Amino acid sequence: MPDFQIRKNPKKYEVCIVGSGAGGGMAAYMLAQAGVKVVLLEAGPMYDPRKNVTQLKWPWESLRRGASTPFRHFGDFDAAYGGWELEGEPYTHKNNTQFDWFRSRMLGGRTNHWGRISLRFGPKDFKRKSIDGLGDDWPIGYSDVAPYYDRVDQLIGVFGSTEHLPNDPDSIFLPPPKPRLHELMIKEAATKINIPVIPSRLSILTKPLPNNTDRGACFYCAQCNRGCTVYGDFSSSSVLVNPALKSGHVDLITNAMAREILTDDSGLATGVSYVDKNDLQEYEVSARVVILAASACESARLLLNSKTSRFPNGLANSSNLVGRYLHDSTGTSMGGFLPSLVGRKRYNEDGVGGMHVYTPWWLDNKKLDFPRGYHIEYWGGMGMPGYGFGFGMQNTNGKFPGRDGHVRPAGGYGASLKDDYRYFYGASFGMAGRGEAVAREDNYCEIDPNTVDKYGIPVLRFHYKWSEFEVKQARHMKETFQELIEKMGAIVTWGKDGAENDYGLETPGRIIHEVGTTRMGSDPKKSVVNEYNQAHDCKNLFVVDGGPFVSQADKNPTWTILALAMRASEYIMEEMKKQNV
Amino acid sequence: MDRRKYLKTLAVGTVGTLSAPALLSSCESPNEVAKPAGPSIDRTPAELAHEAKLMGDKFFDEHEMKTIALLADLIIPRDDVSGSATDAKVPDFIEFIVKDMPRHQVPMRGGLKWLDVHCMKHHSQAFINCSEAQQTEVLDAIAFPERAQPEVQQGVAFFNLMRDLTATGFFTSEIGLKDLGYQGNRPNQWDGVPADVLAQYGLAYDARTLDISVKYDS
Repeated sequence: MPDFQIRKNPKKYEVCIVGSGAGGGMAAYMLAQAGVKVVLLEAGPMYDPRKNVTQLKWPWESLRRGASTPFRHFGDFDAAYGGWELEGEPYTHKNNTQFDWFRSRMLGGRTNHWGRISLRFGPKDFKRKSIDGLGDDWPIGYSDVAPYYDRVDQLIGVFGSTEHLPNDPDSIFLPPPKPRLHELMIKEAATKINIPVIPSRLSILTKPLPNNTDRGACFYCAQCNRGCTVYGDFSSSSVLVNPALKSGHVDLITNAMAREILTDDSGLATGVSYVDKNDLQEYEVSARVVILAASACESARLLLNSKTSRFPNGLANSSNLVGRYLHDSTGTSMGGFLPSLVGRKRYNEDGVGGMHVYTPWWLDNKKLDFPRGYHIEYWGGMGMPGYGFGFGMQNTNGKFPGRDGHVRPAGGYGASLKDDYRYFYGASFGMAGRGEAVAREDNYCEIDPNTVDKYGIPVLRFHYKWSEFEVKQARHMKETFQELIEKMGAIVTWGKDGAENDYGLETPGRIIHEVGTTRMGSDPKKSVVNEYNQAHDCKNLFVVDGGPFVSQADKNPTWTILALAMRASEYIMEEMKKQNV
Repeated sequence: MDRRKYLKTLAVGTVGTLSAPALLSSCESPNEVAKPAGPSIDRTPAELAHEAKLMGDKFFDEHEMKTIALLADLIIPRDDVSGSATDAKVPDFIEFIVKDMPRHQVPMRGGLKWLDVHCMKHHSQAFINCSEAQQTEVLDAIAFPERAQPEVQQGVAFFNLMRDLTATGFFTSEIGLKDLGYQGNRPNQWDGVPADVLAQYGLAYDARTLDISVKYDS
């Protein structure tokens, strides 16, 4: 029998944070600035985009030319380690339903590769039940969060344009970059069919932030997903955790895979137990307050695994709603080919790491057969080739005239084929819808009674089904995309899906916006945390990831996670001062 | 510091906190910079171990590699603009990628075998030993999916894969990237589509876009 004992950290921390992504990073930053003594547990390794560099590398510097691997599902150059499957850390499904769970165990988590799309929720997004009778209203409204959105804008930086749209509130914006060529073409065609196209809203510094010498401005390499060596975009590791560590008030423990939240006889949290992934020994840290920010599903897993005689079905779960109301954004996409762009002039079209324009939701759901909206993201242009470049040329070069003006038989080989790759380069583009799903109690994650991961931690089992609402929304996306592509004078090249596959609606989890598993509310019977992200059942326990979202909105969740984590952090400090926690 | 100076310092990589050693080496042609041993991109220990194992394995035999090299150069030959697939070391890339993506192994190995058997039937020798005219005849039968005969459908499927891997290997090489004319992957100031390109497509930035978009100090 090997030596088996639990090693207790002798330090008494004021706050223990589990997870270093958007929510955990913000909490660590806010608390550290105020001098609170914090221990930050991260299940993965240290990561710093300045040291762990893939930015400005050439395709041949990857043996597989940037292709996906089991170690980095988004490709060899992507900053995010991990993916939908992690070796030795399974999850399971109930009743043959589907949910794909993306995990990135590393400092900064999934903020290291995200799309930087930084949208505020609008007034309607907090009160959907009042509008369409579905789901629930949040216990807070836009005006409660707006001051924190303002501060997140100023602390982190976001570019965009002031539009005064009713449900897409403007941020305090840095100036946006000008549209690329295909984006101008999209805008021109979309305007003709009354689809708005406005500058995108991304947390990328088109200008240096005033009073911040740690971060440089964007130099337009289009590679935000690789992490930025000058910290020109937002990732939690570079923008929040680094300054938190510099304050001297935060002890970071990496490769610390949280096992349980510890509680005392009075039912208060006392700390967290974890397994160190390096030595596989068991450890405990103690703290006055515990903040979960491990991601919506991982935090739910931790709560459900923290069973005691006092909390037989898991901590903070007297409502039996931990894990319930899980919902991800909907997603569909379509690609097109613009014959007018063949043989185009070469210039550096990289731009920022993402689209320069997008379409916010523009219609009234009362006049449609689905209750919630979606936004449209666009891509295209003369990007850097990577693995997959040129694939399927036989589907293109038989349809369009080559440089000599003649349509040749599809496929081929030799000098004329070689020239086709050059000639058709930069003429493809595409678009994707990201929509709001209705949160439902019967979409959930729970503990699988039979399965543990390699650390012996019981794993999650998912049960998730899209409803007719999401399928009808996906159909609307596809019809819109096709209309827009054809209005541009372009040809749809892929993504024409029909009822047989739910209009190409992505498997839940694929958009990586999962939220709702520890939703907030004022009624402890119908929610897990209160409006300050504080567990109803355990006053010194907080959840600051996407878990507390009541509804997802047709927006990406990160900006709201950040704003709510900032708000909760200030509440925690006030409550600590008042000796309430 | 103004934008132009900022970009210069990025390009030269000499400015304190804003520089990264990797920024310097990656902006230069790799031929001009002494590369450190091992990968030049961030790798986790698990990735390093996996790649070391793959590099130690060998998948294709000598005959298969010769066939791959010949096919690759027939697909992407040297021309006025750039070198051939083998100049860009495409066969080495294909050898690696089938080890990295085992799903390609049977289609590639079996496809190469199919090709040789097809050549044996029609020309009594393996593909690489056929005359140029015979090789052309074989490729013309399998390289054009829409007019290929049903009995060579497996050959078409193999050639589609071979074309894909060859093209990707070539255009992600230094030779291929230069051939393609890709201009990016370097620090710059994006200030919109060049004026002559806008004119070519009859497009213009509207006044509001010009007003609100980012402007540079110099």
